[in-house]
Amino acid sequence: MATELTFDPVRLPPECQTLRQEVRTFLAKEIEVGTFTADGGGIDGAYSEEFSRKVGAKGWIGMTWPKKYGGRERSFLERYVVTEEFRVANAPVRLHFVADRQSGPVIIRYGSERVKADVLPRICRGEVCFAIGMSEPNSGSDLFAAKTRATKTKGGWLVNGTKIWTSNAHQAHYLIGLFRTSAPTKENRRHGLTQFVVDMKTPGITVNPIYQMTGLHDFNEVVFQDAFMPDDHVLGEVDGAWKQATSELAYERSGPERFLETFYVLQELVRVLGDKPDTRGAEGIGRLVAQVHALRRMSVSVAGMLHAGKEPVVEAAIVKDVGTIWEQKLPHRARDLAAFVEAGSANRASFEEQLQFATMIAPKLTIQGGTTEVLRGIIARGLGLR
Amino acid sequence: MESENLIAETTRRILGDLADPQAINKAGEAWKPPAWSALEEAGLTLAWVPEDLGGAGAGIADGFAVLREAGRFAAALPLAETLLAGWLLSRAGIAVPKGAMTIGPTRDGERLKLAANGSLSGALRSLPFAKDAGHLAVLARRDGAGIAVALLDARQGRISDGTSIGGDPLNAVTFDAVRPLAVKEAPAGVDEQALLLMGAAARSMQMSGALEAILDLAVAYANERVAFERPIAKFQAVQHNLARLAGETAAALAAAGSAADAIANAETFDEAVFLEAASAKIRVGEAATEGAAIAHQVLGAIGFTQEHTLHRYTRRLWAWRDDFGSESAWAVKLGHLVAAKGADGLWPMLAAR
Repeated sequence: MATELTFDPVRLPPECQTLRQEVRTFLAKEIEVGTFTADGGGIDGAYSEEFSRKVGAKGWIGMTWPKKYGGRERSFLERYVVTEEFRVANAPVRLHFVADRQSGPVIIRYGSERVKADVLPRICRGEVCFAIGMSEPNSGSDLFAAKTRATKTKGGWLVNGTKIWTSNAHQAHYLIGLFRTSAPTKENRRHGLTQFVVDMKTPGITVNPIYQMTGLHDFNEVVFQDAFMPDDHVLGEVDGAWKQATSELAYERSGPERFLETFYVLQELVRVLGDKPDTRGAEGIGRLVAQVHALRRMSVSVAGMLHAGKEPVVEAAIVKDVGTIWEQKLPHRARDLAAFVEAGSANRASFEEQLQFATMIAPKLTIQGGTTEVLRGIIARGLGLR
Repeated sequence: MESENLIAETTRRILGDLADPQAINKAGEAWKPPAWSALEEAGLTLAWVPEDLGGAGAGIADGFAVLREAGRFAAALPLAETLLAGWLLSRAGIAVPKGAMTIGPTRDGERLKLAANGSLSGALRSLPFAKDAGHLAVLARRDGAGIAVALLDARQGRISDGTSIGGDPLNAVTFDAVRPLAVKEAPAGVDEQALLLMGAAARSMQMSGALEAILDLAVAYANERVAFERPIAKFQAVQHNLARLAGETAAALAAAGSAADAIANAETFDEAVFLEAASAKIRVGEAATEGAAIAHQVLGAIGFTQEHTLHRYTRRLWAWRDDFGSESAWAVKLGHLVAAKGADGLWPMLAAR
């Protein structure tokens, strides 16, 4: 075949399944002591200092990172198991999740030794929350149009401009920002952008809330006015951020959070249809289960390739494209299938509640972390069409 | 991965030489006997039969890899059926004859009866390639209890005319108290459902191979075909359609490959194998529907002609959806299993491997 897509049947090794039991026991105990609630579909990964510190103490944040930075040097597949169990349990991972998934790995690869030694161990302890400062009012999917400027000054850089749609910025201790340090060149419009680790306590940074259609506060506008960034907070090459942006995205795109975000709706659908659904209900559940099973196999397969040191960029983009479309449709499909369940019947009320929330958050799933359109562009390039 | 798999490579070489879709598209049926002989001589048709029962003694995984290759050629030969028949017969300890075979029952709920006097009766509505088969391997229910594996000469059944939407023989076969050539007890754990699961995984592999092939065809065509003064591959609408085709192909490859691997490494047809093979047939069937539609859309009018080879794949993709349980049939069964286990049993089942 000219267009080779690889999705080998990867199995999680035994140590992963042992770890899975350990994670489930931990989560059950945390539910029991009230750190979070088990029926929490509606909370959408809440922010909990207590929970994140406990997870850090377990060694499950930065668990693949070098020991000298607080990591545990465990495998990527073990991290996969922790991520999916937390996601399915709707555990309150908001504080540490972004740092664990992408900010930490970028710092390990491109950060100065001082920043690594300072920040990474605290991430591992579940103490620091990261935000991602990419989008701007006039630069969303087109990252290379970023205009927020970092101007060289003595010992560092002065940043001026505005980032927007920045999740967690109001709670974050740090932000990884993409700033313009030079003008793009004629030959390369991607040239001239630099990544920085931004300490959110820096004077000159203002965070303004943007409330979402769900009523929740997640997005923010982050305004920089002569905010000073020390030289050793630059990540990688000045003007060369475009060279650093692609490989970690495979991690970001193919994880279990890319198809399990509304999984609780499927669980509640099974509950509300009962143990003897009619043919229509059974067929509906069967198709949804087959689809989520296939997605998980795709995602585990990509995890296996990442674990083996490969960079399955196209396969990862496919997982996110197919996975987010599925998790976005799921609430609507569940609504159809539950249409004839009587209003007062068992579990109907909690199903409705979860369905409402999932329906409202569903539109964001195909936008955040790379829109469907951007992903299909990446896939098309991989197919040799562009 | 593939280059390590000698048996899949052999399949590709033989089918590439003797069953290339472009070369045989207008060649009638004459290509079939030499292609079949070559596959037979290489031991591929009896890959799942141990050497002492007349086969090649290859592994389960190897046989599934052969079927993915055959799917990439949309091979109009009873290769999957013969592999499955050989598997069933040899698992029961019946020596396997040469030549093309088919297998039944292939539809949910069908049962054959084996009377106390050893005669076999009943009807199977749709056996793929029964018209081309020399022998049939079937599961039959004994009067009292128990399941038997029976080997029949194809001439012992009344075989109807019939053609699938794929253009291949699809025949109803009726047995009126005939005496099989051989009868043995079915091996433990092998019943009609186990056969359907095995067949579902086999068809899923063929279909995922066919989807890979139409993705290739559609991508190549989009890069060659010029409209509005540029290759249609440069239009974003076409790119996004092809990206979706890649997504469906990826889902099919992952689901089918995982089901084949699960069966290859399982002791019995347990619940884990059920989840894998049923899900594969459902998801791959859905991918076939979506994928065929996209490929036809990209190829436009030329893809709708007899002359172009696209139909060799898409018509078989449509046909294969129905064999060994359709998406709907498996989904109802899977849905009932999930419902019986309850909402809190779903995730542990999905995350078991």
